Amino acid sequence: MSVLTALARAQAWQAGRAQPVATVRHVHVAPRPFVFVPLALAGEACAPLAAMAGDDPADPRLLVVAQPRNRTQRFAFAAELGRELLRYIGGFPAGGAGEEGAGAAADRGTAGQGAGEGGEGERAVPPDAPQVWLPNRAGIGFTRLLGRSTRFRRAEGEHAVDPVVPVLGRWLTFLAERSEHPGSCLMLAATEALALHWATGQSPAEDLNLASLIGWIDPPAWTDGREAARAAEDPLAWPPAGPATDPGFDNEVLARLIAACDRAEAGGGEAARAKAALGEALAGQLEPAWRLTWRAIGLLRALPEGGHVAGRWEADRRAFGWHAAHLRDGGPPQPRRDSAVAAARRLDSMERAAASLAVQRALDDPLVMAEHRLAGEALAGRVTAAEPDRVITGPSGRRVLRPLVTVRTHDPVSVEPGTVLAPPGRPNQHARVESVAPLGARGAGMAGASGASGASGASGAGAGAAGETEVVLELSGGMGQRLTPAPGSVPGVGDWVCYATLRDEYQPPAGFPEPEQTPWTHGGPPRPYEPTDEDAREAWS
Amino acid sequence: MNAVEARLDRLRGSAAPRAHNARTISALASNPGCARRAVMDAAGVDKQRVAAHVGHPAPFGQSQFAITRGNAFEAQVKAGGCAQLLRLLRERLRLPIPEVSYANLDDVAGDTSNKVRHARTRALLARAAASGQDAGTLFDHPLLRLRAGGRAVYLEPDLIAFQLRGRFHVVEIKSFAVIDGQADGGKVAAAVIQSAVYVLALRDLLAELGTGPEAVSDEVVLVCPKDFSNEPTAALLDVRKQLTVLRRQLARLDRIEDLLAQIPQAVTFDLEPDAAGVPRRDRRALELAIGAVPARYTPECLETCEMCRFCREEAAGSTAALGRATRDDLGGIDDIGTVLELARGSVPPADHQAEAAAAIRAAARMRGEILGATG
Ligand code: SF4
Repeated sequence: MSVLTALARAQAWQAGRAQPVATVRHVHVAPRPFVFVPLALAGEACAPLAAMAGDDPADPRLLVVAQPRNRTQRFAFAAELGRELLRYIGGFPAGGAGEEGAGAAADRGTAGQGAGEGGEGERAVPPDAPQVWLPNRAGIGFTRLLGRSTRFRRAEGEHAVDPVVPVLGRWLTFLAERSEHPGSCLMLAATEALALHWATGQSPAEDLNLASLIGWIDPPAWTDGREAARAAEDPLAWPPAGPATDPGFDNEVLARLIAACDRAEAGGGEAARAKAALGEALAGQLEPAWRLTWRAIGLLRALPEGGHVAGRWEADRRAFGWHAAHLRDGGPPQPRRDSAVAAARRLDSMERAAASLAVQRALDDPLVMAEHRLAGEALAGRVTAAEPDRVITGPSGRRVLRPLVTVRTHDPVSVEPGTVLAPPGRPNQHARVESVAPLGARGAGMAGASGASGASGASGAGAGAAGETEVVLELSGGMGQRLTPAPGSVPGVGDWVCYATLRDEYQPPAGFPEPEQTPWTHGGPPRPYEPTDEDAREAWS
Repeated sequence: MNAVEARLDRLRGSAAPRAHNARTISALASNPGCARRAVMDAAGVDKQRVAAHVGHPAPFGQSQFAITRGNAFEAQVKAGGCAQLLRLLRERLRLPIPEVSYANLDDVAGDTSNKVRHARTRALLARAAASGQDAGTLFDHPLLRLRAGGRAVYLEPDLIAFQLRGRFHVVEIKSFAVIDGQADGGKVAAAVIQSAVYVLALRDLLAELGTGPEAVSDEVVLVCPKDFSNEPTAALLDVRKQLTVLRRQLARLDRIEDLLAQIPQAVTFDLEPDAAGVPRRDRRALELAIGAVPARYTPECLETCEMCRFCREEAAGSTAALGRATRDDLGGIDDIGTVLELARGSVPPADHQAEAAAAIRAAARMRGEILGATG
């Protein structure tokens, strides 16, 4: 959070409508995403009750567990969900999940493409990857637990389950884990993706309700965000988007319908009727969240994509390819817990991804960059003077091109002479601060300063408007090979420019011992996780 | 009855005081700055009914599935004289427990009044504390009391007090799962603070009997289902930090007189029920009564206090309603209207707002410049 976002919230309250906190989209939105809206039975660790799933907004697949405490029915749910998800994943080259994967990819003649081309070492990056959306973060938490409770199961032996069940578990685990990786878009929570782009006139806690969040962002024509958000809190009109159900629904509707299914267990017409009634009621609870999640996807898709999104998606595609190959090659399921080295490695990689994501977002988006400008890590303003052809003798005695530009800015400047900045979008160019000179008296005449803050951003010809600073920068690099700058590589007088201390640089991973060299203080070399018989028949009650 | 108690009774009106439990006491600690909540809770007001009468019922409900599951798990752990629980205490926590007796304090020969039950709890615990015998005893459902808001309140006995060699441990049974050694952080935190309430109440009781606080362990035993099964697992949790927090909040609540002094004498939350128990209080009058006690709304209230929907409505237009972080980022300025005026530069900032106002103005200028409109 920052004063910018906080102000946007205040503005949203006043306007009765969410306000943008991004000018571009910072998440990848797949052309054909998969939406998964699960409901769990209250009070249980992970008892699926129902779900809507699929990649066609007009044709959701409804899955229902008539008796959520019944183990067989749970596994039937997992198998059904598994087939649905693997059909989707199998549609992506490299997504074939191996023999266990029910041959989904093979059916489409795409299996083995990734592995076949790249071989073991350099695997080709899959051209595309699946993308799964849930309404909220709690849904991703449920997905993780569902993955955990299914990935160690076995297709043979005493407690055999449908072969698709463990494969589902491994994909869900992979996706849920990946969703914690900053910037990854293989599995997204709609509320989080929206909140990255809009500030509402309510609190972040209330933004966790997808219906109310969308009420602020895109209220119906006859009302405003405040009203729409309030209306969205009525569980009868807008049932919660899962995985927790509305307690009122549980007590007044669900209990009765489940009991009816139990009584009608014997089979026959009555059983079918009871099941149909339950399915209808659950569909009614799921449908609004299903539609809202697709609406969230649509709202985000309408935004122009940020410059670094494709690069991050490539990392996702690569991760997808690796996991698919790991499954195909018969690799073991994810362990119950990471070993010491794996955990440290994961933490390091997440930290680096978070740092890089923060920089990339700022470079892609002036509204995010504004946060850095407020913090004094960047400045933006209008060029008031430029010497594009300035040539000096460099330290090695060679003549080098070093244009000067003078930027006048309202920003709180905290950089000092000698600091090296870079303009977003020109990673090869550097700008060394030559001088920093405040103009006029700070703090006075603020109404004037604010009045000049229109689209022009400049205070016109008047010299030394209050609170302004003049910064002289010396440019180097990114201007071509000659002693005159390549066209467009040096800004001219009147141009609006931005320079920042941020740089998206590759940071090498921290040095971790290879797994086999894990020090004994950290448990010694981990043994690869071998799921035990215990794991396979673990109770799921 | 002292003056404070008389005043609190008047505030509550004709209704019977609401029973407290560890959850309501620990909720007191969640918004300590709120006088409204402190007064209503000290008076034992049924906040849910009051909130409903002014048209803002709290959206708190519990699914019968969750209740059933919780009860079933607890019954299972306690079955056969707490057989599963004892095994856990022995094996998981390596407590050297030779022989254990089990005493259910649920009711006393059919008499379920709080007074009688508390007296029996007291008598039994006193004997146990004094004896220092080797054998352990599990006291199920002891009815404890705690001083909160100027009076002693009974706590719903949702615990087991386990006594071994004169030392007591609080045992809480919860039905949320511990999966691969990890549980939902929020639920664990809630369980821990509730256990701390019991530790405090147990210590109070023993103190009355002349036994020092060390007779109750700082570590509580939390029993939960393991992974996806019904099999219980146990963990020892240190509650010292929570004890400090609770003690501080309760001490503040004990100064309820100071709060009461600021409220007009005529204020009451009485719902004026008719013969059939239907509330007849004039809605507007009740709203005014509630409004007479200052609140401090934050969005966290939505999880913890039955008055939340009413207070949220009242706080509309304040930066606090947008969340603590937002309010802080706006320099603590209370009113959204003021923030936006400062952003536009249409009012000069007060001295103490100067720094915040400068940041807000800079932010507004940047947003305007980028989005092509002035906020
Ligand atoms: S909801 Fe109202 S009464 Fe309750 S704690 Fe919050 S501000 Fe106080």
